[in-house]
Amino acid sequence: MALQAIAFYLLAAVTIVSAFCVVSARNPVHSVLFLILSFFSAAGLFVLLGAEFLAMLLVVVYVGAVAVLFLFVVMMLDVDFASLRQGFARYMPLGAVVAGILAFEMIAVSATVASNGAAAANADPQSNIGQLSNTETIGQVLYTHYAYFFQASGLVLLVAMIGAITLTLRHKPGVRRQVIADQVARSPKTGMRITDLKPGQGISE
Amino acid sequence: MLINLALAYPELLLAVSALVLLVAGAFNPKATRVIGLFAVLALVGAAAISAFGPHGVAFSGSLKADAAAGYAGVAIYLASAAAIPLGGNWFARKGASAFEFPVLILLAALGMGMMVSAGDLIALYIGIELQSLALYVLAAMYRDDLRASEAGLKYFVLGALSSGMLLYGSSLIYGFAGSTRFEDISAAVHQGAHTGVLFGLIFLMCGLAFKVSAAPFHMWTPDVYEGAPTPVVGFFAGAPKLAAMVLFARVLYECFPGAIAQWRQILIILALASIAVGAFAGLNQNNLKRLWAYSSIANVGYAILGLAAGNAEGVHAMLVFMVLYIVDVTGFFACLTALSRQGKAMETIEDMAGLFKEQPGIALAMTAFSLSALGLPPFSGFFAKYFVFKAAISLGDPILTGAAIAGLVGSVVAAFYYLRLLRSMWFEAPISATDKPPVDAKAIAVGAALFTLPVVLLALHLIDTQASLAAAAFGLK
Repeated sequence: MALQAIAFYLLAAVTIVSAFCVVSARNPVHSVLFLILSFFSAAGLFVLLGAEFLAMLLVVVYVGAVAVLFLFVVMMLDVDFASLRQGFARYMPLGAVVAGILAFEMIAVSATVASNGAAAANADPQSNIGQLSNTETIGQVLYTHYAYFFQASGLVLLVAMIGAITLTLRHKPGVRRQVIADQVARSPKTGMRITDLKPGQGISE
Repeated sequence: MLINLALAYPELLLAVSALVLLVAGAFNPKATRVIGLFAVLALVGAAAISAFGPHGVAFSGSLKADAAAGYAGVAIYLASAAAIPLGGNWFARKGASAFEFPVLILLAALGMGMMVSAGDLIALYIGIELQSLALYVLAAMYRDDLRASEAGLKYFVLGALSSGMLLYGSSLIYGFAGSTRFEDISAAVHQGAHTGVLFGLIFLMCGLAFKVSAAPFHMWTPDVYEGAPTPVVGFFAGAPKLAAMVLFARVLYECFPGAIAQWRQILIILALASIAVGAFAGLNQNNLKRLWAYSSIANVGYAILGLAAGNAEGVHAMLVFMVLYIVDVTGFFACLTALSRQGKAMETIEDMAGLFKEQPGIALAMTAFSLSALGLPPFSGFFAKYFVFKAAISLGDPILTGAAIAGLVGSVVAAFYYLRLLRSMWFEAPISATDKPPVDAKAIAVGAALFTLPVVLLALHLIDTQASLAAAAFGLK
């Protein structure tokens, strides 16, 4: 139990500190990295609670997709990366600290889980009838009781996608796009020209 | 587990046609008119199914196909169907035709359908999100206009804030009542509500008040209405308001009948604030879209006053009021869509000078809508307000009676700005020639105007009976 308490306080402290750093960091890229750290710590807290499915989702969806998307957006912002890159060696220790904390958290969580038995043992007994893990339980109701919500949420995401495309895509004339058929159909005849050069003269295009 | 799909046919029809039309549009982006036509057919079909389809509860109580859902569904789907030719042709005239427009209207209508038939907090939230997301995109869709983009962004940011409040309220209710289903919540708060549940209810009501733009949550309305394309404003000033009002009624009457003493106070404050803001802030508006934004805030106040009565008569009054109001607002914005001088849209009261000499038909229609929104006797708006005041006074509760009297005073104040518009149209000299109005907008305007005066006298009986059936579906006496 002491191990669990240590893991909890550590994860909670890291979550709060890194969340604070998200808003206080001057460099937006660092903010996103701290955001990832706080997501990871929150995922660890979920594992401690026995909600391994939520932890998994948090890592897969938020760290894997949302945070990476944020990174892309941040990189599209007008940030002077040349000046940021100069300090790479200076920020190296910070990056190492973040990586070290992440690694330590994962070890702490797995150690706690190992000492406590399966994660599901901690979970709410009601969601745990018949020795199912809560991932299985969610799977059983998601496509039956909650099919309506599941499909409707899919439509909400579809609207978001239509909106993003409608509001940003402009069909300009003269935009050069990749035409794969043309590329495949290219042969040495069309793509290459052999010119006989006289010594001492260049080619005038 | 039995899933009764037949009850969800209107929603299914809309979802499937939205998906099919989206794919069709992706392959033939030029076929906007055909896609619009099929979208209108799908909406009319959905309206017919909601009117005559079976009643019952599906998806373990998340979807309730009852008389209230049917009544609101018909009005919502028909109002959405009117928006497609109106908006589609407006975009085509501006050279910004997009096949996504009818698809987004379909998806918004689907969201509204989910809202009016919600029986669960999750269905409530997903329905609202589906409808609002589609509306944010529609507001910003005309990208050549900076103000439209600004309107879309403002709508989005404030809408996200209100969604946050809704979710916070919902999670509190779930936490303290132990369920997201309306029936279970109602059972949990049967003998008076716990403070935690009440806290959640207040947040939920604030979120819904945002969606119906009731004061003090109305700040976004004038800016969004002014910036967004006129036909789109005509759409989202009508149907979504009805959907949100029906949802409001569902939450209050199906979830929280046990807390009526608490939520009635909130409703009365919302109603009075909306009527006051709508009447007084509208006085110095010159832009007609902003003016009608304030008018819609005031009108939502009257609808909420009906809801505050807390009995079947009140819900009935609200339902009649909202449907008659949708016709007015759709017609008025169809008129605004139709009018332009030398290609420039006419949006201010001065622009309307001498309209009666230029376009007598449209001037008459706008007169009818203004007098109806004002609530003058032979027009439909009079009956709407009559029902609301009757419901509020019949209870004999001194506070509600006082609120009804304040509402009447608000109407008189608001009369000033409608009459200013009428004076400009009827008695001032025209500035310059107006353009020939497009057929579709004129047809919708004239149709709505005919409904406002002669047709309503015949249709009122039907609307009245259907609305009382719908009010009875909430289990009230």
